[in-house]
Amino acid sequence: MQPLRSAVRGDALDIILSGSWTSAHVAALEPLVEHALRDAQNRKIRVDLGGIAEIDTFGACLLERLLRAPPGAETPATNVPERMRGLLAEIDRVRGTAGLRVEKKTRLGGIEAIGRATVNAGADLVVFVEMLGRLGDALLRVLRDPRRLRPISVVYQLDRVGLRAVPIIFLITFLIGGIISQQGIFHFRKFGAGDYAVDLVGILVLREIGVLIVAIMVAGRSGSSYTAELGSMKMREEIDALYTMGLDPVEVLLLPRVIALVCALPALTFFGSISALFGGGLVEWFYAGMSPAIYIARLRDAVSVAHFEVGITKAPFMALVIGVVACAEGLRVKGSAESLGLQTTTSVVKSIFLVIVLDGLFAMFFAGIGM
Amino acid sequence: MDAEAVISVRDLVVGFPDQVVLDHLSLDIRRGEILGLVGASGGGKSVLLRTIIGLLAKQDGRINILGVDQDSAAPQVLRGIERRWGVLFQQGALFSSLTTRQNVEFPMREYLDASPRLRQDVALAKLGMVGISTEDSEKFPSELSGGMTKRAALARALALDPEIVFLDEPTSGLDPIAAGDFDALIKTLQQTLGLTVFMVTHDLDSLYAVCDRIAVLVDGKIIVQGPIATILACEHPWVKAYFRGKRTRETARALGQTPH
Repeated sequence: MQPLRSAVRGDALDIILSGSWTSAHVAALEPLVEHALRDAQNRKIRVDLGGIAEIDTFGACLLERLLRAPPGAETPATNVPERMRGLLAEIDRVRGTAGLRVEKKTRLGGIEAIGRATVNAGADLVVFVEMLGRLGDALLRVLRDPRRLRPISVVYQLDRVGLRAVPIIFLITFLIGGIISQQGIFHFRKFGAGDYAVDLVGILVLREIGVLIVAIMVAGRSGSSYTAELGSMKMREEIDALYTMGLDPVEVLLLPRVIALVCALPALTFFGSISALFGGGLVEWFYAGMSPAIYIARLRDAVSVAHFEVGITKAPFMALVIGVVACAEGLRVKGSAESLGLQTTTSVVKSIFLVIVLDGLFAMFFAGIGM
Repeated sequence: MDAEAVISVRDLVVGFPDQVVLDHLSLDIRRGEILGLVGASGGGKSVLLRTIIGLLAKQDGRINILGVDQDSAAPQVLRGIERRWGVLFQQGALFSSLTTRQNVEFPMREYLDASPRLRQDVALAKLGMVGISTEDSEKFPSELSGGMTKRAALARALALDPEIVFLDEPTSGLDPIAAGDFDALIKTLQQTLGLTVFMVTHDLDSLYAVCDRIAVLVDGKIIVQGPIATILACEHPWVKAYFRGKRTRETARALGQTPH
């Protein structure tokens, strides 16, 4: 038997319902209801509920569509089984108050998005500068009263971002050094300058690539973990708990992390650069047949301490940028898991971007002072 | 076995390598009742609930839900049974990346062929039943207060019109007024929707106000079960301390019941 039968009687549409009006059957029931509503057009609807065997909230919501057609008018329902009255009354009560949502649409959405992005970029800059200021303030307090520094925390973070990063940094920079060397040999050979690949490796690694690769690795490895840690502490109100104990989270949590990063990155850059030079030397030996002794002698001619200084000077500044971005993004995490993921991604993308921008600015600076 | 039992637990043993939490426990939950489970903190109440809904493995015993034995049934049958119960977790466990309304719609989207419009209608109706307004239904879980989170989680537990609802400490963390409202809400919904409710609770007011029967879990066993009068008559020291302690007497007096 059809769960919904309808017949036109004069100016009214009689609807007789029967069977199961439950969630399992809604897929079949909903088209029937919509069809009946189209049939009704402007007629009055009379609904007979006598045959309904079982009903749940889904069925009741569908019924309510019939009973509310046309909107505002009351449709008489007859033969309502006693056990259904409570549910129907409840649905009628809550649906009566539930207004339909109005989606806001703007015609100039694109322009609005550009405007919002611009404002957000400005806000990001403010957040960055504010975090830098708060860290500076905390550092001054610690310098005035060195007992406030948390040495255990700093050492622990140094171990995490420094010592434990050494193997992967060694591996990556070793490979990069080898690749640069191989490319240099391969292309310089065409005009008989194959030996100058040593100059290429030495200058490039010490001035730019060493520090850049290490900074990017650290941003992805340690910056992201700082953001995720601080973000989850923020979510679980641990940061608020610190405030209420009269402690400054910047001093307790952020400063040791940033100090550790600023100390670790130059050291990692040094090891990374050495590893890259080593990789470059091995390629020279096996690919171009240059003996290690000659490689070292040529390297000594090609690079000076100035090149090394240029590279290593940049490291602490890059570490500061990574640390500040990671901390600022961590503290911007809101309640949801999604927000934690979003801020972690933002932190990594933003710190890598800023590291490269900073590298460009340093290149102009060093060119300006003739280094 | 009780003929009208929707959940029947027999000789259940659950433990961790170094301790036995539930020791040959048996319990029946009858159709249409609200059963309150009480017991000491860390005494295995949540373990029992999580074992019944299949989140923890049991070592021995049988669990029969809605006439289906949980060990011997085929996976499809078990999945069908899972659709017929809803669970309210202690912290709500709302999905933080979905709005409140999307949270309620989520099980419907997975299991039912309903149109988006009907899904939204039903979700808003359920949220309305638990007292969450249409505006609040567009908020994310992190923007809701504790009481609203519980209500929203209850609406999600009810999303598929289940026959059984498991509530894990539904009123913990709510103020007495909100807890009382929540109790009344559970009672109303139970009557309107014909639910069977299994409730783990510490809230004596809930036990007095809404539970049809109470089961007491001590030392891994149900030592007494029945209506409140039966429990109050029980002479077990733990039950006496729990129901006839100083705090309890005041509750009982307020509700016009006299402990013996």
